[in-house]
Amino acid sequence: MTSLRIFFVGGLISFRALFSFLRPEVYVPGMLVAPIFQILLFVYIGRSASLETDEFYVIGNAVQYAAIPCLFAMTFTIGGERHQHTLGYILVSPAPRLPLFLGRALPVVVNGFFVAAFALVVGGLIVGIDVPVSSFAPLALATAISAFACTGFGLIGAGIGLLLREQAVLANVMFGVLLVFTGANVPVDQLPGWMQAVSTVLPFTHGIEAARRIADGAPLSDVDGLLLAEIVVGLASAVIGYLFITHAERLSRRHATLDRA
Amino acid sequence: MRIARVLAVGFGLHLKMMSRSSFDGLLGVLWPLFFATIAFLMFRAGAGGESLVFASFGAAVMGIWSSTSTSAGSAMQRERWAGTLELLVCAPTHFAAVLLPVTVAMSAIGLYSMTATLLLSRFAFGVDLPFEQPFGFAVALVTTVCSIGALGFLLAVSFVRYRTAWALGNMLEYPVWLIGGFLVPLSLLPDWVRPLSWMLAPTWGVDAVREAASGGSPWPEIAGAAGLGAAYLVVGVAVLESVLRSARRAGTLALA
Repeated sequence: MTSLRIFFVGGLISFRALFSFLRPEVYVPGMLVAPIFQILLFVYIGRSASLETDEFYVIGNAVQYAAIPCLFAMTFTIGGERHQHTLGYILVSPAPRLPLFLGRALPVVVNGFFVAAFALVVGGLIVGIDVPVSSFAPLALATAISAFACTGFGLIGAGIGLLLREQAVLANVMFGVLLVFTGANVPVDQLPGWMQAVSTVLPFTHGIEAARRIADGAPLSDVDGLLLAEIVVGLASAVIGYLFITHAERLSRRHATLDRA
Repeated sequence: MRIARVLAVGFGLHLKMMSRSSFDGLLGVLWPLFFATIAFLMFRAGAGGESLVFASFGAAVMGIWSSTSTSAGSAMQRERWAGTLELLVCAPTHFAAVLLPVTVAMSAIGLYSMTATLLLSRFAFGVDLPFEQPFGFAVALVTTVCSIGALGFLLAVSFVRYRTAWALGNMLEYPVWLIGGFLVPLSLLPDWVRPLSWMLAPTWGVDAVREAASGGSPWPEIAGAAGLGAAYLVVGVAVLESVLRSARRAGTLALA
């Protein structure tokens, strides 16, 4: 019961307290307006390069933009404790670590899904893509799974963020890597071989591919393998991230460096 | 003479500080490189040929705008957080002479990213970059940096009452990349966008760089960028005077 309370209530309180983007003056320009311009930028580059359809870039960039809330929130909701000088109190508490850290991820997934869905709908309407109504629900599912996978990836960032001073730099670099490698703007099969290999273990690669096929009318059963792969990437990332965080916790105890980086 | 010294010392000091900041320095180089890499991959897989040269110079100048847009918006806010805003405002030197070199230094940091992007384009993507007019290219670069710095100055004084000015500055990054013709020819954009494009110094700056590199005449574009930079400066000083007068009257200089 305590674990459930830590997971749901603690996670929500931490998210509201530490994710500094949750203010209209930051949320609107950063989470709602910026993804629309990212979509428009790549739609027009795509038209200039004569590479893919507008739909390709709308879906790729809308889903990939979930990375901003997911990566930044996971980094800030854990690394932010250090900034607020509350990390020590958290880590000396007897609270079980699994619900303590993973509980912070749940609101992040929901927010990441909302941001990506908003970008998809508004970006799609502005550019004028044609997606069958029957694809809406499966598309929402693919977007939600992608947001989940990226949040797992964000846990790795949160763990690394406990060892680094510049968490904003880290989150931005992770975002850039996802933008280049996941096929959001360049078809994965057009990437060099080594980049294709890297892309298979990153979040979004399978989710974006599934979302594009769904938008083209494919039923959910045709993309279940892709969505399963995306879930596996998310779970694996979350496990690695959780292990990283607990390792960083042990290191900080051993070297008395909890509030330093 | 005193103003020139303030400008030169302020520029040098802030350039050194930002060069040692991982956010302004390291990320300032890496961030545009991600977008440049995508653009090169897209143009190589698609149109190829001359479009890669077009994209190379556009992507190179993107870094100058990137390093300015987010940071300039909060330039005054940073002084406020550091508790130095009141001291700088009440100093005998006009505050504009203190703030302008900060935003120009932010733009100049973008030259690191520009160099990295051109090297990426040449050595990773094999783009044969022309440099037909080295002198024109150098003048175009200096003018572009100064005019984008002046635009940053205008943003800095315009956003001063906005507590999260960095978010607004950040939001302007993609739109200026798009309508400034960095990676997309302006002819592809809707007609109503073009007047907006021509009001932006980065549009003229990137055109000047391309013209100088390809052997055309960059001077009309250089004049356009310089003229707009001067206009931003005049408007920025007027806005700054108004903001400071209002803040003094209401006693709200430290608040936002």
